[in-house]
Amino acid sequence: MSGKKMIGVDVGGTFTDVFVLDEAAGTASVAKVPTTRPDQSGGFLDGIGRHVSDLSDVAVVVHGTTAGTNALLERKGAKIGIITTQGLRDVLEMRRRDRPWTWGLRGDFEPVVPRDLRLEVPERTLADGTIRVPVDLQAVRDAAQQLLDQGCLAVAVLFAHSYANPENEALAVAALREIWPTPHVSASHEILPEIREFERFSTTALNAYLQPEVSGYLDRLESALKGGGFEGEFMIVQSNGGVMDVGTACQLPVRTALSGPAAGVIAAAYIADTAGFPDVITGDMGGTSFDVSLISGGQSILSPQTSIDFGMVVRTPMIEITTIGAGGGSIAWVDKGGLLNIGPESAGSNPGPVAYGLGNTRPTVTDANVVLGRIDPDNPIGGKLTRLDVEAASKAIDIHVGVPLNLTTLEAAEAILRVANSRMAGAIRLVSIERGFDPKRFAFMPFGGGGALHTGAMLADVGIGRAIVPRYPGVTSAMGCVIADMRQDFVQTINSLAGTLDTTSLCRFMQSHVDQGLAMLTASRTTFESRDISFELDMAYLGQTHTVSVPLTVQVNDTTVVAPTLAQIAAAFDAAYMAAYGRLLDKGVRRVMNLRSAVTGKRPKFDLSTLAPVGGRTGDALKGHRDVHFGTQWFSTAIYDRLALPVGAEIHGPAILEQPDTTVLIEPGLMGRVDSYGNTIIMREDA
Amino acid sequence: MNEHTEIDPITLAVLAGRMEQIADEMDATLFRSAFNPIIAEAHDASHGLYHAVTGDTLVQGKSGLPIFVGVMSFAVKAVIEKAAASGQAEDGDIWIFNDAHVGGTHLNDMRLVRPYFRDGELFCYLASVGHWHDLGGGVPGNYNPAATDVFQEAFVLPPVRLARKGEVNQDIIDILMRNTRLPQSAMGDLNGQLGALDLGVRRMDELLDEYGVDTVSAGLEALGHRAETLMRAELAALPDGRWEALDYLDNDGIKDEALPIAVALEIRGDRMVLDFAGTAPRCAGPVNIALPTAVATAYVAIKHIFPALPANAGVMRPIEVKIPEGSLLAAEFPAPVGGYTETILRMIDVIFSAAAQAAPDRVVANAYGTINALSIAGRRSNGQPWVMFSFYGGGHGGSLESDGLNHGNAPISTATIPPMEILEAAYPVMFRQWALRPDSAGAGQHRGGLGAVYEIEVLEENGAEAFLFGERGRFAPQGVAGGGAAAMNVFSYDQDGALAYPPMTSKMRGIPLKAGEAVRLETPGGGGYGPAADRDPAAVARDVALGFLSTAEAVRLYGTAWQEQQA
Repeated sequence: MSGKKMIGVDVGGTFTDVFVLDEAAGTASVAKVPTTRPDQSGGFLDGIGRHVSDLSDVAVVVHGTTAGTNALLERKGAKIGIITTQGLRDVLEMRRRDRPWTWGLRGDFEPVVPRDLRLEVPERTLADGTIRVPVDLQAVRDAAQQLLDQGCLAVAVLFAHSYANPENEALAVAALREIWPTPHVSASHEILPEIREFERFSTTALNAYLQPEVSGYLDRLESALKGGGFEGEFMIVQSNGGVMDVGTACQLPVRTALSGPAAGVIAAAYIADTAGFPDVITGDMGGTSFDVSLISGGQSILSPQTSIDFGMVVRTPMIEITTIGAGGGSIAWVDKGGLLNIGPESAGSNPGPVAYGLGNTRPTVTDANVVLGRIDPDNPIGGKLTRLDVEAASKAIDIHVGVPLNLTTLEAAEAILRVANSRMAGAIRLVSIERGFDPKRFAFMPFGGGGALHTGAMLADVGIGRAIVPRYPGVTSAMGCVIADMRQDFVQTINSLAGTLDTTSLCRFMQSHVDQGLAMLTASRTTFESRDISFELDMAYLGQTHTVSVPLTVQVNDTTVVAPTLAQIAAAFDAAYMAAYGRLLDKGVRRVMNLRSAVTGKRPKFDLSTLAPVGGRTGDALKGHRDVHFGTQWFSTAIYDRLALPVGAEIHGPAILEQPDTTVLIEPGLMGRVDSYGNTIIMREDA
Repeated sequence: MNEHTEIDPITLAVLAGRMEQIADEMDATLFRSAFNPIIAEAHDASHGLYHAVTGDTLVQGKSGLPIFVGVMSFAVKAVIEKAAASGQAEDGDIWIFNDAHVGGTHLNDMRLVRPYFRDGELFCYLASVGHWHDLGGGVPGNYNPAATDVFQEAFVLPPVRLARKGEVNQDIIDILMRNTRLPQSAMGDLNGQLGALDLGVRRMDELLDEYGVDTVSAGLEALGHRAETLMRAELAALPDGRWEALDYLDNDGIKDEALPIAVALEIRGDRMVLDFAGTAPRCAGPVNIALPTAVATAYVAIKHIFPALPANAGVMRPIEVKIPEGSLLAAEFPAPVGGYTETILRMIDVIFSAAAQAAPDRVVANAYGTINALSIAGRRSNGQPWVMFSFYGGGHGGSLESDGLNHGNAPISTATIPPMEILEAAYPVMFRQWALRPDSAGAGQHRGGLGAVYEIEVLEENGAEAFLFGERGRFAPQGVAGGGAAAMNVFSYDQDGALAYPPMTSKMRGIPLKAGEAVRLETPGGGGYGPAADRDPAAVARDVALGFLSTAEAVRLYGTAWQEQQA
């Protein structure tokens, strides 16, 4: 390694957050700078520059990026073409026959590749892998020329059943790679060798759509880093919460679709687990949304796919994050039936809440917090504004909520928070129920700019016992970049009855996944504490279309996979099915749909106590008092400088702990304690 | 319920969310635990809270199927009546039935209704409905196009007590499990529904512990008033008047005769009447529907026109739905109702067509209007039987804002289509085409969405048989606000080297197919919005360039102005 420092950089919509860890010196520092648009590399380098002058002293830079997400959401990817099986050119546009909203029947959909750039060639493979029509390579070359003439920068090859037998698709791709002038050729069996044509085609096409854009961006960043003397490893966070090297990211940019939020959850899981809370629900409150994620036994939950927008399906493992439209900028309004609603319309961060004075006149959740004294109007977060306009916020709440509901300004502000809190609490309950968990056994971890203002309500409304506010809630995602392991996921459709499964062939796929995964770990210059290999089978009873994930314990001698037996597979399925549904089917025939493999290089974790405050006295951290409104009255509330509070400090509510990027609210009846890592644990006084 | 407690607006807003969430959590519980994919994946199920005396919908989950919003209260009303006639509802009772003539929709939908008691008094009902895979009858899966009564469709269970005072009656379960081809699946679904009701009871207990009976009762009452107020405000904003619309079903599958579906929509101040006088009388085949289904369908159409309205019976208070006695919209037991989807889709179409005359900006043009239940079945060389059964998609209507969605799902459903590769892996067929259908969209300022072409070849050397239950083979989906009609449904199949068409266009049983022969289903697009003459010529030129529209059709529908836009 060329240096000692590790740097995590998370580029969000508004801010670029940087976390610099110098483990040798035992110090950590954070920076928050505005995100630059359209080229995010400006803010990226500026943020690093705040704490690091000499890049040659840096071992690792890990980046959580929204470049891919934004390109998808704003439809700013490259002009691309696809070459597909005869009869299937419209699969991308037809989706799975869904619609954008249940009610209203409005809205249409345009895929990222228009129909005239979706070309068909004669070829056909059947579900069992039989080639019915060999691929016409001259037709492939002609199609490629046509797409090049149209100015396409990338191409995706999407053939039916290529997961079962990649031969036709591989021949077409080989022919293409000979004539295509850029490296941007994506093949569906390489990106996602899994049955379900729309999901495979969509993921592959979106990969091609992102390739020119994202690889260009990452190249620029890497060059700039190297230009500054950086000689370490540059890595990118994937949606699965693991990191990959920058070369892999350029080939598989679709795996960065949820890179930024994933890093936050990874950090939350590690911080909470270390602090003694292996079961935790995280709530990231931003300007427009509240993102909830569930961590059980220290492990975040992966979902197999997500929709970035209507019809834009990405099927790669992603950290499961549920979003509701209740952020600080969500607008409060009274409908024609006299009911108070929060969102989904949002003032976002620009113009933002009324109190920002940037032109919005409709009250938001943040305005309610400002009017009730919970946010200090004289020290706005982020440092862009000098003072918040409390009077304007009050007036907006009066006009839009107080008058229609016949409430005073303060009652109306409390009402806005109660309804917003209730919606957030609802999201937490539903996320747990859908996973079969009782939310009461979880702790709650708020992060992001606004979450820690609503902690007390989550304890009260959900019945959660403890909340844990991390030391630096505003830069959790950047910290997650430094914590995340290196991980590669693989999938292969098997589609066989479990009783007659060819275990030799299954083992060959497992070995191939292990070989590829370990090769990627070896290619990176990072050191690993350990290398983990895990396998899962998607299985079901014959006749069922929905599968259960069956974790499979497989022996790996050094790097050689020992084939599992049919009996082991059957037993593993029974155990997983029993756990999910509570019973087995007497005469059910077991079936194996997919193999999923993960190869993880565990990176050394830094000692979180590095972040803990050293020394200090509670009394010295007291900055003064401010009147804050809770329920029906004003309380003279102690205001503390949170970062100056010593380990073990106990603060009784009502109190407010302030730090540059977050305000932590401790309501009357609650208390907060600083633990040995600098986290604040919030609980009821009588607990 | 106590109606005298005043409730403050903040508590009301919180309660609204909490109660909606109880229904959502019941949905989530069943989706997670149901055995059959129609519930687990297509979410063909629903849960809600219903009024203790009237059975009216108080709150309903957001993730269930649209058609169940509204139809569920009929199931609860049926139980209330039956309970009154056979000793009152008691704490721990659970009722179960699938009788579509009292509970609406079709016999696959198994309804469980549980009275909820608080401090010894009936507070409300909780209900769960889910589509079971099979309940006996003439055809596996119960979609029998030749049924002339319900007995040929499925086993019929009237409302009976599955549990009495908390004691489950195993006899009822034994009867049910003996009357399904798939008892394991049925048992799994039943357990899932019971689990959802249990969760609902626990959540109601917690809610009432926290807020008390009086406050929650007052909240429910206020939410009903609020829904009514919202609906009245929407109606008052529309002009007064009376608008009519008429459309047809191709036939009932038994007799080849068009069946009119008519509606007159009248708005006076803040009230609306939907009168279906002029609709065909009860018919022999399975396109009849029961009265509860007809009323619930009006609700679905209204909610599509006013999507922000809550799922609460208060919405329907200012709306009167008149269903003529003896019509196929109020068919009595034992008329067959298995094809109810086609009829209610046509009801929605005529309501849209009438409402568009009153408020063209609020209404989208007709969607493709048929579920196209197509099954292909046979035996493999090892003797094993196989049945591939699916519904197919089509275009949505154009709207004020945009063209219609290409290849969408039916307005009464949110179900997605299985992937082609999953179908080909499971059954001996190959899709030669899975594509959008050019020239299928209704013309307009905003054209309809495109329908689809599915061409399916039989690979099995023993051959196969095809069954189709569809519609819109003779009457096209209509445009609104001056928009044009879409292309009709076309079904054809290989027969001795030539293409053949069913005599009733959209319905046929037992079509013999040899290996290498195919069926071809071309589904309708959606109707257009606004006059075709108002369409941006550049948009027409783009449709031609993309192959959505042939040059000849473009000229016929839009003239020649677009040709100047061609690159």
